[in-house]
Amino acid sequence: MENRTDKNSYTILFAIGMVLIVGSLLAFTASSLKPTITENQRMEKQQNILYAMGVNDNDESSATFISTDKVAGEFSKYITKQLVIENGNASENDQAYLIDVKKEQTKAKAGETRRLPLFVGEKDGETYYIAPIRGKGLWDAIWAYIALDKDMVVQGAYFDHKGETPGLGANIKQRFFMDDFIGEHLLGPSGDFKGITVAKGNADPKNLDKTDNEVDAIAGATITGDGVTAMIRSDLKLYVPYFKTLKQ
Amino acid sequence: MGLISKKDAKLITDPLADNNPITIQVLGICSALAITAELKASIVMAVSVLFVLGIGNVVISLMRNIIPSKIRIIVQLVVVAALVIIVDQVLKAYAYELSKTLSVFVGLIITNCIIMGRFEAFALANKPWQSFLDGIGNAAGYGLILIIVGFFRELLGSGTLLGFKVLGDPIEKTGLYALGYENNGFMLLSPMALIVVGIIIWIQRSRNKALIED
Repeated sequence: MENRTDKNSYTILFAIGMVLIVGSLLAFTASSLKPTITENQRMEKQQNILYAMGVNDNDESSATFISTDKVAGEFSKYITKQLVIENGNASENDQAYLIDVKKEQTKAKAGETRRLPLFVGEKDGETYYIAPIRGKGLWDAIWAYIALDKDMVVQGAYFDHKGETPGLGANIKQRFFMDDFIGEHLLGPSGDFKGITVAKGNADPKNLDKTDNEVDAIAGATITGDGVTAMIRSDLKLYVPYFKTLKQ
Repeated sequence: MGLISKKDAKLITDPLADNNPITIQVLGICSALAITAELKASIVMAVSVLFVLGIGNVVISLMRNIIPSKIRIIVQLVVVAALVIIVDQVLKAYAYELSKTLSVFVGLIITNCIIMGRFEAFALANKPWQSFLDGIGNAAGYGLILIIVGFFRELLGSGTLLGFKVLGDPIEKTGLYALGYENNGFMLLSPMALIVVGIIIWIQRSRNKALIED
């Protein structure tokens, strides 16, 4: 005797029912949680920017953001100016941190003008210029917030990723990797843009030489490291003209 | 034995040793290779799978009499994917930090063959409570191997455990490194996880000859 659940009509009805139920369940969850999630992501951006300029709750070895209930206040306290650079002209825009770097990159590919956000922060009398950059790792997107001084020397960096391998590429968001960037020069001795290469076997594992435009790579994470190199080279290069105007 | 009968208890204890999903059934190898480079990732993955497999097994078991057999694999996949995505969304809204730690595991959990394997082999034919125990047991057996592999790979590959430098500092040359010890970079690469799993299988089978097939 044929089982009731083996019938084609039952199978099709079950499939339709399942799709409707699961689909609406997911849609309901996604839309009802969306405002909270967007708010979390907005605060995370502010935390990232502040982290890069050294406003964070780091202890000796771990990377910790300032808490979410403090972030709005600290952001308006430390970030003095938010700039959007378009065709070489910088204008102030206090929503610049909401600019989606990914969308801007797509626009640039389509031949449109890419808007470059840049955040200016003041802390202990020092001025920081924080630029968001984005690139590709091994599996998915990687991105970073790099804090620079007016000579394009890195003052702080925060890296993050969407889906790099835990224990390998995912370690770009560990302190030992991010802290290596502090003090590194983006420009060569003659003032031309060199970027920072994530280098294997660079004979400088303690990273004492800050002007070699290199940091030590993570073992087993070559492609993620190359992604970091490429992202710094292509995205931070776009900011060079602006930094030249600071010198004049 | 009150809540858990002797037969039910075996559902939990068997997968820990003599019917271990990784070393005996050879399921879930892909994630065991991918994420065991450090101990913390292994633990996170073990806990996530424990959660998903425990709940998923119950859901599938409750639905076992109404699932059409022709599309049962698709139904299982939909159940596990929906479960994982809903949990991920809820975490994103209410435990954002935690969700960022887990986000990379989401894809790996859905495709973990242990989950599909237990749905197919156990939950479709058993009652919810037994299915729950079976899910917990298999996830624990899986997690146990993951943690063992993660322990050795992090210790020998990076000289750390959960990020703590237990063997000294390789760059400053303190501790064991002062004696000329070097980290084995090979341990960080996936093939070495396979070799560690192989060694565990070897030890397990040499202790229990009944597991050796002809």
